Amino acid sequence: MKDIAIQVKDLKKSYKKIEVLKGVNFDAQRGEIFALLGSNGAGKTTIVKILSTLLKADSGSASVCGFDVFRQPEKVRESISLTGQFTAVDEVLSGRENLLMIAKLRSVANPAKVADSLLECFGLSDAANRRAVTYSGGMKRRLDIAMSLVGAPAVIFLDEPTTGLDPEARIELWKAVKELANGGTTIFLTTQYLDEAEQLADKIAILHGGVIITKGTLTELKKQFPPAKVEYIEKQQTLEEIFLHIVGKKEGK
Amino acid sequence: MKFARDISVMFGRSMRHISRSMDTIITTAIMPIAMMLLFVYVLGGAIQAGTDNYVNFLLPGILLIAIASGISYTAYRLFQDVQKGIFERFHSMPIHHSAVLWGHVLTSLVSNVISVIVIILVSLIMGFRSSAGVFSWLAVAGILILFTLTLTWIAAIAGLSAKSVEGASAFSYPLIFLPFISSAFVPTNTMPAAVRVFAENQPVTSIVNTIRSLLSCQPVGNDIWIALVWCVGIMAVAYLFAMKAYRRMI
Repeated sequence: MKDIAIQVKDLKKSYKKIEVLKGVNFDAQRGEIFALLGSNGAGKTTIVKILSTLLKADSGSASVCGFDVFRQPEKVRESISLTGQFTAVDEVLSGRENLLMIAKLRSVANPAKVADSLLECFGLSDAANRRAVTYSGGMKRRLDIAMSLVGAPAVIFLDEPTTGLDPEARIELWKAVKELANGGTTIFLTTQYLDEAEQLADKIAILHGGVIITKGTLTELKKQFPPAKVEYIEKQQTLEEIFLHIVGKKEGK
Repeated sequence: MKFARDISVMFGRSMRHISRSMDTIITTAIMPIAMMLLFVYVLGGAIQAGTDNYVNFLLPGILLIAIASGISYTAYRLFQDVQKGIFERFHSMPIHHSAVLWGHVLTSLVSNVISVIVIILVSLIMGFRSSAGVFSWLAVAGILILFTLTLTWIAAIAGLSAKSVEGASAFSYPLIFLPFISSAFVPTNTMPAAVRVFAENQPVTSIVNTIRSLLSCQPVGNDIWIALVWCVGIMAVAYLFAMKAYRRMI
């Protein structure tokens, strides 16, 4: 039980008369990548907002790193960071200035060093002193995630991190997320792309109709369905594979 | 203290936004100066203000217009922060939430003080003279700061609750226009009765008259109290609404 990073019990939330969450239950272990799947409007972002202290639930309980989200929001904020659905970087500032700002707000020792090593880590060193408004979508997203890593929070929320990214940027981001999880960070990821969950997640939960209808590892989920039939099918390359081959990049596994 | 440090980081950030935006600098400092040049050297000769030195007469109104156009950018910056998710990022961090808002308020205050100082320096070159003492100047500074804070909280309502960029800054047009229907450019006694009643009883006239009297060493009479009541009253109401809009957002 000590290794539970996120615990959610019977969480309910309505907007006016629309019941979005009707009693959500799940928990995520420390150091795992937990993917919350669901279609648009299923309430994924609502859950992220409640867990990151931005929104109050109507009832139920939620804790992050052992701290109650409703009663100890300051403690929770010290343990988490949020990368929202839309890239939240300050476009007027340079990449470096963005990171320095977050480092100062998080009272990190030696902000300059932290900023430089994150820039290096996310391949932004060359663009460090350019204003973020000149960055490509993928670069902005990388900066966004780098900003979430300042101060090495124990739990990171990534709300649809790859929406709007091109295939290359997407794969780069997947790599970064895997490295983070290997380093012991708990990653809470929402996505509507099933292959993303398949690629990344240690555990998957599916949110539908306001409740978690199923959860488990990919293998466990597969077991719930009839065993795979053996069929011989000519393996066609997907357009994504063709695209990546042509542009000379291999998917990093 | 963490709160003060958070505010100073927020302040440094939005001051950078100003120094990197040519548009902001032009609108908040250069436009009022251009207007002052226009009124003094083009229209001023034909205006019967009852003083030999029209710059002296005009300056208070120009300062208020500069502040009113300055705070429209406060609303714009707040709106951008809300829209781009920066507020959410800050609010999920271990910082004082109100530091985010106070950072913007402080920026609004400091940037307007800078543009007011620049405009006064230009007016000195154009022949503005005042024999006012330190105490009068302090009183002028106090009233301008109060006026800036009042408009800043109005801007905060607009910035926090607007649905579009246009909406976030459009609210300032009436504020910029208000000095024209006041004693800022011409004395009110030539205006038709209805306009005159409005002009003499709206906030800008009492503020302009107070500053003008202070700078020309005349007694301020009741104007200063009327000006203070207007500013404090509007600020209190605007503050409450801005805070309501802010809490609704988080």
